[in-house]
Amino acid sequence: MDTAAKTMHRIFRFYYDGFRTMSWWGKRVWIIILIKLFIMFLILRIFFFPDFLKVNFSDDRERGDYVLEQLTGNN
Amino acid sequence: MIENFDLSLVNWSRGQFALTAIYHWLFVPLTLGLSFILAFMETLYVRTGDEMWKKITKFWMTLFGINFAIGVATGIILEFEFGTNWSNYSWFVGDIFGAPLAVEGILAFFLESTFVAVMFFGWNKVSKKFHLASTWLVAIGANLSALWILVANAWMENPVGMVFNPDTARNEMSSFRDVVLNPVAVDKFLHTVTSGFVLASVFVIGISSWFLIRKREELLARKSILVAGIFGLVSGLMVALTGDTSARTIAKVQPVKFAAMEALYDGSTDAGLTVISALRDSGERLGEKKVHEKKLKIEIPGLLSIMTTGQQGGYVPGLKDLINGNPDKGILSVSEMIERGRYARQVLTDYKVAKELGDNDSMATLAAKFEDKDFTDNYFRYFGYSYFEHPWQVIPSVPVIFYAFRVMVGLGFFFIVLFIIAVWFHRRETLEKNRWFLWLALFSIPLAYLASELGWIVTEMGRQPWIIQNLMPVHVAVSNISAGAVQTTFWLFAVLFTALLIAEVSIMVRQIRIGPKH
Repeated sequence: MDTAAKTMHRIFRFYYDGFRTMSWWGKRVWIIILIKLFIMFLILRIFFFPDFLKVNFSDDRERGDYVLEQLTGNN
Repeated sequence: MIENFDLSLVNWSRGQFALTAIYHWLFVPLTLGLSFILAFMETLYVRTGDEMWKKITKFWMTLFGINFAIGVATGIILEFEFGTNWSNYSWFVGDIFGAPLAVEGILAFFLESTFVAVMFFGWNKVSKKFHLASTWLVAIGANLSALWILVANAWMENPVGMVFNPDTARNEMSSFRDVVLNPVAVDKFLHTVTSGFVLASVFVIGISSWFLIRKREELLARKSILVAGIFGLVSGLMVALTGDTSARTIAKVQPVKFAAMEALYDGSTDAGLTVISALRDSGERLGEKKVHEKKLKIEIPGLLSIMTTGQQGGYVPGLKDLINGNPDKGILSVSEMIERGRYARQVLTDYKVAKELGDNDSMATLAAKFEDKDFTDNYFRYFGYSYFEHPWQVIPSVPVIFYAFRVMVGLGFFFIVLFIIAVWFHRRETLEKNRWFLWLALFSIPLAYLASELGWIVTEMGRQPWIIQNLMPVHVAVSNISAGAVQTTFWLFAVLFTALLIAEVSIMVRQIRIGPKH
């Protein structure tokens, strides 16, 4: 095993052992983090928070023209 | 113009952003301050080799970990809202926000995946010094991460270092240095992080006091109170100092907010500093806004003039000066600013028409104006005023800001006294005998959160109606979406964040009850 592979293996073991021997509270907060990230990125982001300009306009030129319309108040 | 906007959409979008930011800020300041307290405690462990300091460090690290984990990524929701609810604003400032937020994202990622992991998983696996270095890097990294967010926030209050490109309708960064060294950013960063240090110190002293009340973990509690008391005292004095410089900067770049903080309607060369007062409707009106008078006030004569201008008898403008103008003091009226803003917007409209007609000569001439110093300094800087019909519309809610500011400052001084007493009782070894102090310290924890949130209420409500000072009002920044959609996500967030808060508090209370013997 070369040095880089050994280093990668040590880093992997470090995280693996850390998660494996995690305390009660550590496990609880990781469950909460995963639920939170799931809700935020797979529910809220996709279904409730689309990027308004990206969804409604195909390129930056159209987006800029739209905002220019909004700013100049001739919409 | 303002009548054309759906105010319910504006208000729900504003309310949703406020809700998200307030919840997010419940987690952040403890991370900022407790990370440094941990670093000091672990330094004492490494220097003395005393295992008690290791036990103390690991106990507070547990509470830090719970708060950090529950709070992590709650700020990302604010970025979701920028893209969905505030698309005009996001586009208008995109290039300015991009750089600081990208730096923050990279910093946060490396910090969280590397050094936080070493902090929690690395005991007995890496050397003591490497572990200590990781703890310090987490503290420094977390606070630097806050720097970039605060730089972006400060730009909204004092937009500098940019050029507006009429072709893309975006502001483009012309000087990264000006954006980062924006005086509002420097003051805001120092004031905000030191206030986080104070909150964390109150938290540590409060929890330690609970142990002393329960006659448990007395040594841990006493040592923790000493570290947090000294750190809190230094930080509390820094908060007062940076608050003073911050207020002076606000007086220059956001004079309406400053006058609202003081409920100062009439300018004066001998303006007094109101310590506390009750505001009452005087019956007078400034446009359609109530003019409040101060009743039952405790005031230090002349002090506001000295603190604001640095000299006795310095003139501090009131809201009437700032709205109606005061030529003797070189203050432009808001009516004049509206006219200048309308001229700037007309130039932008002419550019848009020329672009639609493909008139390249006119486009070049008009675009050059946005790089011309006379035009940017005298017209474009008032661009946002063009969206108002009446000068009084730029006045924020005076009572909210006036009271929030006073409660925040009052609590800040209360915490300084609390820290002095904590250190004093520790020196005299009388902490346990003064149970009133232990109870006071425990019940001060929610007060520290209150003061911290009130600071943001003063900042953000004080700059209403602006989302970007003088350039873009809030109602122009919102996306053209339905108010119902924003209401739905408002309640979704309320439920999600409340659940997170309950989870944090319950896990944290459990770990505190268990104590360091886990």
